[in-house]
Amino acid sequence: MNVTDTLALLPLLLLAGTAIVVMLGIAVKRSYKLAAGLTLTGLAASFISVCAVAPLVPRQVTSLLLIDGYALFYLGLIIASSAAVAVLSYQYFAKHEGQREELYLLLVLATLGCGVLVTSVHFASFLLGLEVLSVSLYGMVAYFTGRGQALEAGIKYLILASASAAFLLFGMALIYAGTGTMAFSNLRNLSLGGSSLALLLPGIALSVTGIGFKLGVVPFHLWTPDVYQGAPAPVAAFVATTSKTAVVALLLRYLGAGTQESPAVFLLFSIIAIASMVAGNLLALRQNNVKRVLAYSSIAHFGYILVAFLAGTTMGAGAVAFYLVAYTVTILTAFGIVTVLSTAEADAADLEDYRGLFWRRPVLASVFTAVLFSLAGIPATMGFVGKFYILASGANASAWPLMIVLVLTSVIGLFYYLRIVVTLFSEAPERQSSMQRIEWGSAFVLGGLAVLLIGFGLYPAPLLTLIRATIGALN
Amino acid sequence: MILIFLIAILLLAGILAAVSARWSTQLPRWISLAAIAVNFVLTARIWAGRSLSASTTWYNEVDWNWVPDFGIHFHLAVDGLSFLMLILTFFLGIVAVLCSWTEIREKIGFFHFNLMWVLAGIVSVFLAMDLFLFYFAWELMLIPMYFLIVIWGHERRVYAATKFFLFTQCSGLLMLIAILALYFFHHQSTGVYTFEYSELLGTTLSSRAELAIMLGFFVAFAVKLPVVPVHTWLPDAHTEAPTAGSVILAGLLLKTGGYGLLRFVVPLFPRAAHQFTPVALTLAVIGIIYGAVMAFSQTDLKRLVAYTSVSHLGFVLLGIFSWNPLGLQGAIMTMICHGLSTGALFVLVGGLQERIHTRDLNRMGGLWALVPHMSASALFFSLASLGLPGLGDFVGEFLVLLGSYKVSVALTVIATLGILASTFYALRMMQRAFFGPNTNSWQLPDLTPREGLIMAVMVAGLLWLGFYPQPVLNTFAPAMDNLQRQVQMPAAVLRR
Repeated sequence: MNVTDTLALLPLLLLAGTAIVVMLGIAVKRSYKLAAGLTLTGLAASFISVCAVAPLVPRQVTSLLLIDGYALFYLGLIIASSAAVAVLSYQYFAKHEGQREELYLLLVLATLGCGVLVTSVHFASFLLGLEVLSVSLYGMVAYFTGRGQALEAGIKYLILASASAAFLLFGMALIYAGTGTMAFSNLRNLSLGGSSLALLLPGIALSVTGIGFKLGVVPFHLWTPDVYQGAPAPVAAFVATTSKTAVVALLLRYLGAGTQESPAVFLLFSIIAIASMVAGNLLALRQNNVKRVLAYSSIAHFGYILVAFLAGTTMGAGAVAFYLVAYTVTILTAFGIVTVLSTAEADAADLEDYRGLFWRRPVLASVFTAVLFSLAGIPATMGFVGKFYILASGANASAWPLMIVLVLTSVIGLFYYLRIVVTLFSEAPERQSSMQRIEWGSAFVLGGLAVLLIGFGLYPAPLLTLIRATIGALN
Repeated sequence: MILIFLIAILLLAGILAAVSARWSTQLPRWISLAAIAVNFVLTARIWAGRSLSASTTWYNEVDWNWVPDFGIHFHLAVDGLSFLMLILTFFLGIVAVLCSWTEIREKIGFFHFNLMWVLAGIVSVFLAMDLFLFYFAWELMLIPMYFLIVIWGHERRVYAATKFFLFTQCSGLLMLIAILALYFFHHQSTGVYTFEYSELLGTTLSSRAELAIMLGFFVAFAVKLPVVPVHTWLPDAHTEAPTAGSVILAGLLLKTGGYGLLRFVVPLFPRAAHQFTPVALTLAVIGIIYGAVMAFSQTDLKRLVAYTSVSHLGFVLLGIFSWNPLGLQGAIMTMICHGLSTGALFVLVGGLQERIHTRDLNRMGGLWALVPHMSASALFFSLASLGLPGLGDFVGEFLVLLGSYKVSVALTVIATLGILASTFYALRMMQRAFFGPNTNSWQLPDLTPREGLIMAVMVAGLLWLGFYPQPVLNTFAPAMDNLQRQVQMPAAVLRR
């Protein structure tokens, strides 16, 4: 490891440094503002360093981490979304009494875990990143120890995540026994066949358990609705976007080529994708809780992403990247709106909280409508371009059955998104719920996200160019 | 550039209308009227400034790079076909604003916002010459329409609006897959990624692929048109929508389906369309008869008018898939005249509902003595709808039948029965609503000057189209020749 390697690692080092500084800051002086400020500064510095190290890549730093355009793209996305979560958390947690500063510490650590995941090319770094992420998330999900639902969500997440990590470890052991290596690249070049297949395929299947759990795809989705509902809204946003983004990025590195080489792996993921699209959309139909709807819809959306993942090729990778950006922007906006409408007592999650919102707060409701249309894949939003990109990559790979399932299930999905839209625009109830003031920080983030949501929906060319320039490094 | 203005003015007017509602309830209405009027003038300028050279059929076009990574262009162009559709759009747009003048009393700003944006979407659909842009506009015009139904509609508005949205969205996504398939097959054979209409024409496809892709397009347009098995959204949406919504649905949104068939389905996939012709013609005839029979048995006046649309649009499908000059001319005439006559009937039904707060035929009767002008207008448009010679609808349906006669005598005979059936439902409607005793002792005001003006203009339009349809046919002729030229070559191959 020389100086250039260290420089290339700067985004991760800065994240780790921020975690330490925030921890020490809390130890010296317990101040909510200070912790938030330090976190945002650290995240900003890390984001800048992502742009700054771009000329140095690609660079393999030890056998564990690979910093290339692909990793930097996802690092940027992760850090940016984490920063958005940090800002949204500020207003949300400011309403609450008690010790709120550690949330930022956990947030930075979780971001660091995500960063390790997207740069890792080795099972060791994969597990390290995953565990740093998971352990921080336990704390974040159950941050309101006074709320029963939060505790339930935290325990659920803890038990299931530990179990899936155990499966993952066992899978890694099998793969290591079969191939004698723990680096992804050797695995990719390996033609799946011969005597090692008996160990390799179960190994991959078990490791998919660990990945599938983090993504919340069927049949590993059972935790999603409860955790989304129980966790504080900004934390749920983080679980939904940043952590999932990191795992998808890892999955592409780990098995991107595997799906093309091995029919068994392709079949495995096809089943997961179809089951997720169908189950996610069907289960969301009967929900009256906005956070639960978002949870079930996220199951479906990761089914869509898996379609692009299965399509393979650079186009599939590009589609995944674009869809993840679109999904991140959309879901952050959605949870942002839930966050600003929430009171100190409870999150604004019930559908009734949104009845007639348009006539009370037209701008906020319009943004929420745009979010729902983006999730449904209606034009003029990023979600549409993302879905278009996925369908295009599917058509490119002639994956017609998957595309047909995608289309039919997204029509089912439309139904529950429209239900929320109808609620937003129906007559306002007699009882005027108290108007939550939106602080300028949240307003700024929500406004920026909304501009991205519509802006890239109308003119996606710059983002596509960026993806083409960075994601191409994968293959 | 002028084509961009057409869309931008509507979008801008929508925003202005929404904002101006804070200060005045009348301002949004006037802004909307003004915007459409300006568009009328711009369209007239396009007409005046069109190049008459033989090299191009486009009167005017704009072509910008939009998403170069995918070969997507922002390409708008107008020819005779699009031009006629634009005129119809702006005409019915004005009618829609006028007929909601007193009907819509709440949320006026947002209403006009949606009205302007749905018109902008429709205009984009008629102008788009890039398949991606077309799909974009196709989906985008749904959303304001959805809001128009779901916010200002009648009792079962949520059900109707959701059904409408799901039907169109599902079929639209199938079209998107078809568009993408065409895009990749085009790339396979030529190495060029493009969504450009003129380049995708004549893409070499295997006959199986061509049929599958054609069906993807056909389903989307069939839902909009509507063709019978997928028409079930229409009676609900038309009935529950506010008057302006019904006018736009019947007058314009259905026409986008016919336009799509004319512009895309047959020219892009001539061989598959030829193969599919017997099925399409049969569906058309089923629609004509089914719509008429269903209309006859309705007691809800608005639902009755809605079902007549199913019947009339069957003629459009019949004409398009006959694919000869007479059939095509008939289809375009029927599309325009149906827009006027059915639009007017919806305005009348809406006016009636505003006065007596019911659409139930059983609760009407004897209205002629009370509202003679309104009743006379209703009689006029009913007669137009049943195909009285001298009025526009007759010309359209007659031409369609002439055209389809060359393709299938048997189906033409059955379709003619549909015209006969229309006599029954139209006269039944008149009798139940306007003649007979006034058993409910209604006391109503007659047409207001505003309503009278709408009626007068639409009467004049239908008379003009009925007696002297030649200008419309002349405008359509070059575009039609062009469409036919694209189809000719493979058709000749098939005839051997």
